[in-house]
Amino acid sequence: MSAPTHTSLEDGEKPVFYMTEDHHPENSTGLGFWLYLMSDCLIFAILFATYAVLGRSYAAGPSPADLFDLPLVAINTSMLLLSSITYGFAMLQMERNAKTETLFWLGITGIFGAIFIGLEIYEFVHLIHEGAGPGRSAFLSAFFVLVGTHGLHVTFGIIWLITLMVQVSMKGLIPENRRRLMCLSMFWHFLDVVWIGVFSIVYLIGVLG
Amino acid sequence: MSTHAPAHEDAHEAHHGHSHGHEAAHGSFKSYMTGFVLSIILTAIPFWLVMGEVFENKAVTAGLVMLFAVVQIVVHMIYFLHMNTKSEGGWTMMALIFTLVLIVIALSGSLWVMHHLNTNMMTMTPDMMRNVP
Repeated sequence: MSAPTHTSLEDGEKPVFYMTEDHHPENSTGLGFWLYLMSDCLIFAILFATYAVLGRSYAAGPSPADLFDLPLVAINTSMLLLSSITYGFAMLQMERNAKTETLFWLGITGIFGAIFIGLEIYEFVHLIHEGAGPGRSAFLSAFFVLVGTHGLHVTFGIIWLITLMVQVSMKGLIPENRRRLMCLSMFWHFLDVVWIGVFSIVYLIGVLG
Repeated sequence: MSTHAPAHEDAHEAHHGHSHGHEAAHGSFKSYMTGFVLSIILTAIPFWLVMGEVFENKAVTAGLVMLFAVVQIVVHMIYFLHMNTKSEGGWTMMALIFTLVLIVIALSGSLWVMHHLNTNMMTMTPDMMRNVP
């Protein structure tokens, strides 16, 4: 099996290794993460399609107009929007190399995110308590899956945010942490984009009937 | 970069640009605030349209809500996600367009097929549903 290798080495030729892989550009993470976000976008697109198909199948149960509390949704929306702009401020401070300010704005972002999740859990518990749980009708199943998936994303975003805050406070604004903060920034803004679809299609048009 | 700059300065700047290659992709305070203010306006109007029952015709309100949503998504893409046709050599835009095509196919296909299915099925009234065996 190893005979050919031996003969070539006995010929006195040095083995030559070729680098088949090119040097990776340092900023390819941005594109890679963007592709992940686009695939995540497809998950939400399918859930939106499911909701669009099943959103009127109430099974003689409650309709969006009976269930949804638009002022609460408006507060929720503003929480997520505020967290988006505060994350933007964190990124601006990161570019100024201001570690404390970056951590401050990341903390504010996390608090707004936590309020958003808290209000959403309150809404879900309230709905289930009223008997409008995910098992009540096809509309409610589609609603809980779509909004719940978004909420799960925000929850993991907050966990990621806390992880990064710990990393930044321990290691400072090193290039690795800058790259991670950039990825989370895209993730966070992306979740706000998805929420625009949720509050427009599910809540506003839902209540409209 | 000026042509008569010393070579070592060129090299230094090239290295600097390399290690902080993302900086151009970040917005300024002004662009973030522009996006934020536009988002507030584009969120407040659809909520007002629905909560204030501004239009009698619900289809008009629904259409406007969708229009504001699309505009706000574009605003977020530009001012928060810093999308442009140049970033990553245009590949982010290509990926976005591809994703949008898939979304349109999935959404319109689902609605179209399921609408046909619904219209060709016998309609079930709530009264009938209560007496389902």
